[in-house]
Amino acid sequence: MPLVARLPKGPYFGILGEFASPADLQRACARVRDAGFTRWDAHSPFPVHGLARAMGIGRSPLPWIVLGMGLTGAALGFVLQWWVHAYAYPLVISGKPYFSWPAYIPITFEVGVLFGALGAVFGMLGLNRLPMHYHPLFKSKVFERASDDAFFISIESWDPQFDPSATGKLLESLGARSVELLES
Amino acid sequence: MIPESDRAALRPEQATIPPGHPWNRIPVIAAVCALLGVVACAILGPANPKQFFFSWLVSFLFFLSLALGALFFVLIQYASQGGWGIVLRRIGETTFATVPVMAALFLPLLLGLNDLYSWTIPGAAEHDALLRWKAPYLNVPFFLIRAALYFGIWSFIAVLYYRGSSGQDVTGDPRVSARLRRLAGPAIIVLALTQTFASIDWIMSLTPHWYSTMFGVYFFAGSFVGFIALLSVVSAAMRGAGLLDTVISAEHLQDIGKFLFAFTAFWAYIAFSQFFLMWYANLPEETFWFKTRIEGSWLPVSLLLMAGHFVAPFFYLMGRRVKRNGATLAVGGAWVLAMHFVDIYWQVMPTLHPEGFRPSALDVAALVAIGGCFVAAASWLMRRQALVPMRDPRLAESLAFENV
Repeated sequence: MPLVARLPKGPYFGILGEFASPADLQRACARVRDAGFTRWDAHSPFPVHGLARAMGIGRSPLPWIVLGMGLTGAALGFVLQWWVHAYAYPLVISGKPYFSWPAYIPITFEVGVLFGALGAVFGMLGLNRLPMHYHPLFKSKVFERASDDAFFISIESWDPQFDPSATGKLLESLGARSVELLES
Repeated sequence: MIPESDRAALRPEQATIPPGHPWNRIPVIAAVCALLGVVACAILGPANPKQFFFSWLVSFLFFLSLALGALFFVLIQYASQGGWGIVLRRIGETTFATVPVMAALFLPLLLGLNDLYSWTIPGAAEHDALLRWKAPYLNVPFFLIRAALYFGIWSFIAVLYYRGSSGQDVTGDPRVSARLRRLAGPAIIVLALTQTFASIDWIMSLTPHWYSTMFGVYFFAGSFVGFIALLSVVSAAMRGAGLLDTVISAEHLQDIGKFLFAFTAFWAYIAFSQFFLMWYANLPEETFWFKTRIEGSWLPVSLLLMAGHFVAPFFYLMGRRVKRNGATLAVGGAWVLAMHFVDIYWQVMPTLHPEGFRPSALDVAALVAIGGCFVAAASWLMRRQALVPMRDPRLAESLAFENV
């Protein structure tokens, strides 16, 4: 389990800029994206429509994980029933043949849905490297409000374009209310 | 409230069929097709009246189900105060406005009641305990009263919503939307009940000894997915023809695609539930209906429905890109529409041909005749006004709609 974030080497983790509103955040994200930054993130207490596009985030591979898990679950559910009813413990039930596949459909469907749902939840957690018990952003006092009423952009120091002073100035020029340099 | 400036976002020329556009000719072309179909029926029908009435019934039910699906689509948009679909609503409105035409096309069936419905033959119930038991419901006068009631109610709702919406184009009165929204809930209930009983009268009573407690839902599921399939084809075709291409966006197409995906799955769920319980319980008064359909050459048709009405569209429509592209969405829609026809055919025809699948030239003739009337009526209405409700208070919201 990735309980601790992978961290950039060097004295700084990155720079944190605080924004007043979702609209400010979205505008700033589009500019950071256009400036060519790649290792950065945005933080908001609630989902902001259009933020993913403003950040230039590509499509998530999660649907493929869900599809794979769903099909695996459906296949497993079907094979399990075949194994039980037609192979391991053949019993005549209501005069039907041992291998009565219509009777298997509900379980096949349910196990497919179950695996798909588990794939969605754990796939999402895995892709986000969660649960994560420590992160350098937690050192920032002002960042506590990321789950309350403030909006942030954090640009990490392993971004090729990162520069402690220039990047801070960029965030300020984009309308950040406060800019904080975070140590590793 | 949406500011007036946003409401003027759409210019009339963006949402009308321009003069000289090829789509202006569709009503005439469709009417000619309808005429040819009627002539073909008149030539071929007298030699085989039973086949004619069954073929006519299949095509009648197919296009009627599309109109009723459209009515449900529009009602649900009002009831849920849906914003995204306003730009598509007029396609639904012109589709359900064909209900009075369908009422006229129902009349020929009255000449063939004895050919279609064995319980209408005088004396049928005399030596048949079950038909005697069902006679208080299954008798010709009550059947005719019910049919008149269904068409009366559907036409009333259709005219109410059609007039309301086109009237708002002129007045711009937002109270029209509020009034139609309030009426939508009761209208959905009335539609659900009438549609259920209509499917019992016109399809289930072909086999009057059969019992199914979920046939009404099955017919509804087919009718709604059928209309969504039609909507996919029409909206993609409109964009392709340069109509509404600045209005209907990939975002709208994606939502139609989601509906199509969801309701092919819903249809499969209902269809399977109906089959599954009957297959499992194995009661003679239920299973004989399916037995006819899984024997001989009806079995491939049943398997085609399973694979073509569910499995293929399920995987085809799963991806995002397929739904956001007009051409690929239209292919999916056309396929599902064809499968919906097969579904209705599969429900009706085995009564006439229990021995197996027997296609007939009359099937095609009836399809062209009724389809021609349906398309002619809908496309004629499309020319008469804007292709979207121009002054609906939610139009701006619909135009700006984006999937997250």
